Amino acid sequence: MSTKTPNDRRRFLLSIARGIGLSAMGALVWSAYVGEVKAAPLVLRPPGALDEAEFIKNCIKCGLCVEACPYDTLILARPGDNLPIGTPFFNPRSVPCYMCTDIPCVPVCPSGALSESSVTSYVKSKAVLDINRSRMGLAVVDESSCIAMWGIQCDACYRACPLLGEAITIEMSKNERTGKHAFLKPVVHANVCTGCGMCEHACVTEIAAIHILPRALAMGKVGDHYIKGWDKADEKRLEGASIEVTKTKLSEKSAVDSLNDTGGL
Amino acid sequence: MKNYRYLILRRLTQITLLVLYIGANAWGWKMLRGNLSTSSILGVIPLSDPYAVLQIAVTGASLGMDILLGALIVTLFYGVLGGRAFCSWVCPINMITDSAAWLRRKLKFSEVQKRFYMSRSLRYWILGLSLILSAVMGVAAFELISPISMAHRGLIFGMGMGGGALVVIFLFDLLVHENGWCGYVCPLGATYSLIGKFSLIRVFHDAEKCTDCRSCITICPEKEVLHMINRSSESVLMGECTNCGRCVDVCQEDALGFSIRSQLKQPKDEE
Repeated sequence: MSTKTPNDRRRFLLSIARGIGLSAMGALVWSAYVGEVKAAPLVLRPPGALDEAEFIKNCIKCGLCVEACPYDTLILARPGDNLPIGTPFFNPRSVPCYMCTDIPCVPVCPSGALSESSVTSYVKSKAVLDINRSRMGLAVVDESSCIAMWGIQCDACYRACPLLGEAITIEMSKNERTGKHAFLKPVVHANVCTGCGMCEHACVTEIAAIHILPRALAMGKVGDHYIKGWDKADEKRLEGASIEVTKTKLSEKSAVDSLNDTGGL
Repeated sequence: MKNYRYLILRRLTQITLLVLYIGANAWGWKMLRGNLSTSSILGVIPLSDPYAVLQIAVTGASLGMDILLGALIVTLFYGVLGGRAFCSWVCPINMITDSAAWLRRKLKFSEVQKRFYMSRSLRYWILGLSLILSAVMGVAAFELISPISMAHRGLIFGMGMGGGALVVIFLFDLLVHENGWCGYVCPLGATYSLIGKFSLIRVFHDAEKCTDCRSCITICPEKEVLHMINRSSESVLMGECTNCGRCVDVCQEDALGFSIRSQLKQPKDEE
């Protein structure tokens, strides 16, 4: 190594610097692109899919679920669809999920991105596939464009729903405008709705007034501050509640101490 | 015909596999379902792309049994037998890059174009980078940009804008760098080079018969692997050799042929 001239050393250092520079440049461009394409909050996944973040980690993009689907509901995202490339999704307005009872798309998944256990029920301690347990999304009604809300009798979504009378019910109320007619309004129940999209498919308006949104987008979360006091099951939620007390300048001391303390007033 | 024996065999293999995959989706054939990322033979034997599974593994995903088993089967097959044969016998991009290389030879581009420097080891850097990015971004990073899976999925499930990626590769190989994609950039090829490094099926060179016409080197997409031509009789041992057999096809003197790996070197007598 003693034969190395300063020029060699300079060349060596330069080549290392170039390697690092090129890698950093490549990593930045590449990660920016990956970050953009994996952020697709509006995508609807097949039955039994893990949470979006986990799903996208696990899915190997083989298309076996797409091939198993007998209704051509599932599609693999193509370049240009602006969705994570190669992952399965469906568009219920064109083809909804028809809720096959044997759920052919789930057991074929080789990677575990579609979880069989999430769509399995136990009947007499025997495991059976149960499509009604799937949670692909949640139907949301746009009241301004739903003609039932105008007083026109429709109930197309109610009739189309595979869980008739459970996931969508019809709520009757008086039509004050005419004084002698009724509104028959569709109401979606989030604890039953699977997000299959048959309601969206059936909706008679030009752009569907009822549409499926990913549950993470359509639903809120109450948190630990409120419980249904009349519901034993809901009270259980408090068992895992965090004990976090908000402190402001006034609530630093106990209420009594705070009232007795004249120093600060 | 002898000059094209392995080329024809390869094209037949590539096209047969494609037809089987397309038939599975279009007409419900059971023989080979899925795509090159993961397939299932007759619904029983899983096959998985070991590189894709590796990327999924580093994201911290809970790997499914089928893809682990599938990756193991594929790794064993190429690791023990085939070497880097995936690239020249299975990969659909091979037809695109081969046609770009053919056109390049016909138009004599390599003679007029001044070579710019690109390292053959670039692909291993991209391979490493893809694993780091997969871990950081929580998604298999190369699978989101891979023109190989894009092309293969496109042919089976509908192309979308995926054709663009194929045009880019064709133009890159034709106008920018000879064998640019497969020989320098592709990290999947790099993975198979590493997997197939110690495989049994190898091209053997018999220096006694060699007349130093260099047609093998002209046609080889990974010219470095033929460093022994006209120097010594030995197997082509570098993992980068794709076992495409074009050198065997073009050799008029029978100085090249497939054989089982041999470590022995028999230096040619120099007088």
